[in-house]
Amino acid sequence: MKRFIVFIKKETLQILRDYRTMLIVILMPAVQIVLFGFALSTEINNIDVAVYAPIRNNTINNISNRIASNSYINFKGYLNNAQEINHAMKSGETDIVIAFSRHIDEVEAGAMPAETSVEIIADASNPVSAKTATGYVSSIISGNLAETAGASNPIKIEPHMLYNPQLQSSYIFVPGILGFIILIICAMITSISIVREKETGTIDMLLVSPVRPIVIVGAKLVPYFALSCVNLATILILAKYLLDIPMQGSIVLICGISLLYIIMSLAFGILVSTISKNQIMAILICAVVMIIPVIMLSGLIFPIENIPVALQYLSCIVPARWYIEAMRILMIEGQPFSAVLKQTVILSSMTVIFLFLAIRNLNKTMR
Amino acid sequence: MNENIIDIKNLTKKFGAFTAVNNISFSVKKGEIFGFLGANGAGKSTAIKMLCGLSRPTSGNGTVAGFDILCEYEQIKSRIGYMSQKFSLYDDLTPMENITLFGGIYGLKRKDIANKASTLLENLGIADKSKQLVQSLPLGEKQKLAFSISILHNPQIVFLDEPTGGVDPSSRRKFWEMIYETASKGITVFVTTHYMEEAEYCDRISIMADGEIKTLGSPQELKNNYMATSIDEVFRKIATKAIRN
Amino acid sequence: MNTLSFLLEKEFKQFFRDPFMPKMVIVFPVIIMLVIPLVANLDFKDINICIVDNDHSGYSRLLSDKISHSSYFVLKHTPQNYKEAKQLMDEQEVDIIIEIPYGFEKELIRNEIPQIPIVANAVNASKGASGASYLTQIITETTGEFAQNNGIADSPAELLSVHNLYNPTENYRHFMIPALMVMLIIIVCGALPALNIVKEKETGTIEQINATPVSKIMFTFGKLIPFWIMGMFILTIAIFIAKIVYGLSPAGSVWIVYANAFLFTLTISSLGLIISNYSNTMQQAMFIMFFFIMIFILMSGLLTPIESMPEFAQMITRFVPPRYFIEVMRSVYLKGSGIADVYPSFVWLGCFTIVLTAIAILSYRKRS
Repeated sequence: MKRFIVFIKKETLQILRDYRTMLIVILMPAVQIVLFGFALSTEINNIDVAVYAPIRNNTINNISNRIASNSYINFKGYLNNAQEINHAMKSGETDIVIAFSRHIDEVEAGAMPAETSVEIIADASNPVSAKTATGYVSSIISGNLAETAGASNPIKIEPHMLYNPQLQSSYIFVPGILGFIILIICAMITSISIVREKETGTIDMLLVSPVRPIVIVGAKLVPYFALSCVNLATILILAKYLLDIPMQGSIVLICGISLLYIIMSLAFGILVSTISKNQIMAILICAVVMIIPVIMLSGLIFPIENIPVALQYLSCIVPARWYIEAMRILMIEGQPFSAVLKQTVILSSMTVIFLFLAIRNLNKTMR
Repeated sequence: MNENIIDIKNLTKKFGAFTAVNNISFSVKKGEIFGFLGANGAGKSTAIKMLCGLSRPTSGNGTVAGFDILCEYEQIKSRIGYMSQKFSLYDDLTPMENITLFGGIYGLKRKDIANKASTLLENLGIADKSKQLVQSLPLGEKQKLAFSISILHNPQIVFLDEPTGGVDPSSRRKFWEMIYETASKGITVFVTTHYMEEAEYCDRISIMADGEIKTLGSPQELKNNYMATSIDEVFRKIATKAIRN
Repeated sequence: MNTLSFLLEKEFKQFFRDPFMPKMVIVFPVIIMLVIPLVANLDFKDINICIVDNDHSGYSRLLSDKISHSSYFVLKHTPQNYKEAKQLMDEQEVDIIIEIPYGFEKELIRNEIPQIPIVANAVNASKGASGASYLTQIITETTGEFAQNNGIADSPAELLSVHNLYNPTENYRHFMIPALMVMLIIIVCGALPALNIVKEKETGTIEQINATPVSKIMFTFGKLIPFWIMGMFILTIAIFIAKIVYGLSPAGSVWIVYANAFLFTLTISSLGLIISNYSNTMQQAMFIMFFFIMIFILMSGLLTPIESMPEFAQMITRFVPPRYFIEVMRSVYLKGSGIADVYPSFVWLGCFTIVLTAIAILSYRKRS
């Protein structure tokens, strides 16, 4: 035990001495959570809309006014010919052009024209935004036309957004970014520091001593664990007080599962270090190869249930997926422990597996 | 015509509050083997790095090969060779590839490089290993290779920083044979070492301690001045007064 | 120029000799291009829905029918009451609940304005909102149809037609693929240069180079050109996979894509080298580069639309070079835009290239 503490002291000193790295490791997650928490949103707004009108009448003016006053839409003014429409769309200046035909006069006169009198031309490069945007625009137009025609919408639909009435995108992104940052930083910092000792050969000095490899590696983890706890605390505090993430559920539970996740990530870092030949390889595995699967297959941005079934199975081995799920259930929905039992069990078994593999590899490669 | 190929006046290098090199002045004559002696941490490497344009002096001035070390350091670099304390050729390249690379950087033609390389590898006795990666060579061979590469472009001076660190006495002797051979071609050799017996091989030596040059002269002169039988004894007499060590 | 050829020769030999890197440069883009387009999907389909039908009328049957036949929804359950439905939602069984109140049809026929509550799980805001808006659309349509059948009113919707340009099959993958190519280049051509010079610092080889008269420009270009070639190589792999596997080829000129990638690769590799120049250890370099990679991926409009960001974040994206690259890639790939349409992005990217390359050259210090 005494030896263990000596080693912890040595590791802590080394970390504190490299203040540049420490500063980065502590500041980076804070900056990222704030920036991404505020910036990332999948809500469709700021739709750029222009109008093409071969003639002008009250209907067109009314519709343009409504468009211009809609908070989701930026009205870009009138276009004069097909060429202008084409350029505006291709250069991305507008997302939607509302093109009126001359038949719009007949509508104003109260008749039902035989041909379509309004065409909504949408940039459907992004089909999802396009669908939502054309939905907004067409409901404005048809509402207006219906008023002109004297009809009314006979039904009142009351959508009720449970857990997130203001539709804050940050509710889904903050737990996601939390899971992502912790995993990558913990894995990167432990694997690189162990592999560096392998490269410089200092680890050999430690290994010829009678101390078992597990003690040496364990001692390395303690200060990094402490550092990760600092990160976790920073992120949770920023999330609650700056980003207004609700934290409905038990804070003890949120922290408990997060600590489990930190231990798992550190164990994963050791595992990477045992299979890496050099620092670059450790870095590439943790930071390059892992970034994409973790962003893509953890439900951070793209919902798991939206991806093909085969890949849903693949996503089961991405630990961040389970952690992020658990955090969303606890923070946003505020459900009790029973709701995250599955996630906790899976994370615990992953931790055990990573630790087991890491220790086995350590004993094999370092002896 | 100035006979001195290196002329240094009041050169100082500070790292924060720490003065690594404190106000040193000396000159080296063309064609000499000039030894720079001192314990580890005496400031030898820092001094050599300032002469080679790898480190900016805090104050002082001087010339190397006729160029100012303060502003014309890039011109100096094409006229000198440098071999660092820590082996610094590319481990993941072969000897041949290292030769080609540095030959190329110094502006040699590919044909000349190929010619020089084959005689060089022959002389070093590693012609059969020219396709192995450098990392598989023993340290003594790596050092000789690094030295050969540093004089590939026929520099006026070659700076060797602790060139024989960590190898056995017989390899060291062979290395010094190469140094003599180099000097015989008219290349000035500036060498740092902490092996005192190596100092006897130099034309002139200076002994550094605490970032300062404590004494300078031919080995015989120093022994006479300090009434010692060997340079080692001279060094010990100086070193006992040193603070750092 | 001669010197440059020697430096390049060295970089390539080192690269191909590495046990891991050449494999990564080939395998990584292939896997990403094969797998990620299937994942990167914000087009919500198969939303799990349950209907609480208190009305048991012709209208409610028509609506249930429409919902279960819609491609957006999977009708999972028909619970007896709202409490049961809420229970299902808490168990993550269903994402959206629609409750048809008792007497709904009657009110509709009497031309009163009946209410119909929808409850969506909005933890994922965009999923909740999409679900609610698809459902609203279906209800409106159904009601219109019902009204017409019963002779109550007729709808003005026929006056309106929607015309979707550029992505006629409305395939979200086609929207993501050009951006994923950018992501590949960001990760590979950003991370590797960031590690490159600092590795030479750690092994000490940089000192030998610094003692030679090699010029800063030559040295920096000796480092940049291999990454530039690597970027073009990765892009080419990606373009081929996009064509063969997903049947997507640029609607515009492929040369604009390459010209743009040319500038971008230099920009991002220069940034990597700058970080490498200022770092003392690979660990430092990697953390800083990781920070930038994250910002580049998340703030460039790659995954979430820039227009959806708040004002200050939109300002920040102006200084995120991949933003411009992604805009051009998507425009050229999907809209067939030409130089005249996208030149502002080109100009911005060009400025970044010049500035960052210049900093990369100047920040390489041969003398400490």
